[in-house]
Amino acid sequence: MGYTLNFNLIWRHFDKLWGGLLLSLELAVISIAIGIVIGLVLAVWYVSAGRVVRGIIAAYVEFIRNVPLILLVYLVFYGLPTVVDLVYSAQTSFVATLALYSGAYLVEVFRSGLEAVPRGQLDAGKAIGLTPWQRLIHVRLPTMMRITLPALSNTFISLFKDTSVASVISVPELTYGAQWINFNTFRIVEVYLVVTAMYLMTGYILLFALRLVERWYRTAR
Amino acid sequence: MATSSNNSTALLDIAEVSKSFGSVSVLRSVSLTVAKGEVVTVIGPSGSGKTTLLRCVNFLESYDSGSIRIDGKEVGYRDAGTRQRRSERDLAAMRAETGMVFQGFNLFPHLTAAGNIMLGLTKVRGKSSAEARSIAEHWLGRVGLGHKADSLPAELSGGQQQRVGIARAVAMEPKILLLDEITSALDPELVGEVLAVVRSLAEDGMTMVMVTHEMAFARDASSRIVFMADGGVSAVGPPREVLAAETTNERLRTFLARFRASHF
Repeated sequence: MGYTLNFNLIWRHFDKLWGGLLLSLELAVISIAIGIVIGLVLAVWYVSAGRVVRGIIAAYVEFIRNVPLILLVYLVFYGLPTVVDLVYSAQTSFVATLALYSGAYLVEVFRSGLEAVPRGQLDAGKAIGLTPWQRLIHVRLPTMMRITLPALSNTFISLFKDTSVASVISVPELTYGAQWINFNTFRIVEVYLVVTAMYLMTGYILLFALRLVERWYRTAR
Repeated sequence: MATSSNNSTALLDIAEVSKSFGSVSVLRSVSLTVAKGEVVTVIGPSGSGKTTLLRCVNFLESYDSGSIRIDGKEVGYRDAGTRQRRSERDLAAMRAETGMVFQGFNLFPHLTAAGNIMLGLTKVRGKSSAEARSIAEHWLGRVGLGHKADSLPAELSGGQQQRVGIARAVAMEPKILLLDEITSALDPELVGEVLAVVRSLAEDGMTMVMVTHEMAFARDASSRIVFMADGGVSAVGPPREVLAAETTNERLRTFLARFRASHF
């Protein structure tokens, strides 16, 4: 094999990758933030709701979890505007999709965390006279957070990687930037090596930051 | 047959309370009155309904019939006759009048010793956090943990956690304190420190109902002992009477004999 690696063209277009990475992070942060709200609200609702509401929430979770993300992205970006009168950008479309997607995963994470809160702690909250809302805010959610943080970190990392799917609808995030350089320079190996390293490093930095949060949460007083 | 007491000086009046889980009857028409300042100990074999009875007093468990009144006020239902359950807000307010200490401590793991005590004081009693903090420090001092105010439960021994549990309950100034097998989960060498705290509360005149297997403590610290068997009150009276070896109550004699065999 006479192939010699040449990264010069990659560095020349590195702004595409750097800008892409920043956009990937932005997409992830916004989607996850919305997803957390969806997940928390539905999880709290689920554990205190009757059979019908539980069924509806479970159906949402099962639907999302059993359909590939790329399909959902196509469905929302290409499919939805043909049946409803809505105009939105590819980026908005993707954020909405990933928010719904992460919401479904986070419902599961939060629900299992809420159910793992020992009953004794809830009894203790009742015994000192806390109202149901106060028990949720001051007893149940804080304990749930300690239980779910490790699982939450994994979900966040995974959702960050899922932003690469946005490339299929031409959102100029990191993977899209890689494809652009690939098509325009034909430096396939080089660009994907660099991009892989970028995903890897960002993932590690995120993981490290989340571990710090976990440790802080365990010892906070 | 136990009869409902109309004793107006009773702080706690449990009248003909029955409860069943499905087909299993756990409480059978239990009646018991506790006067202000009394320490009443409930003993009996496991499954006799002791803990369930205690949990009915602050309505952690509902009951099927009968009535439980604290200071003349029905606990869980708006009216004993219609059995219309109180609103959650009402229930919370009622529960704030009773304190409970649990077998498994049940401290809030994310809060420090002081934080555990302050939660109810700030959120339920509406005290400022500075005021709550000073009350928490006072009670931690009382239970010998003044130096542990900023420790998390995970950093405390079982005996220390349970003393925080007691401080958390009494800091709310409840009318009555419910102690549910509070030493059962402790290593034997840690039992004494917890019982010493209970004894000092009794000396202060705190009204208490406790479920325990510590017979020697029950004998020394109680005004009255209630022996429960099969969900009913089988014997009740002063400790010397109930714990007398020559009792004619067959169930009680068997229980005490078995107890002596395994504990002495």
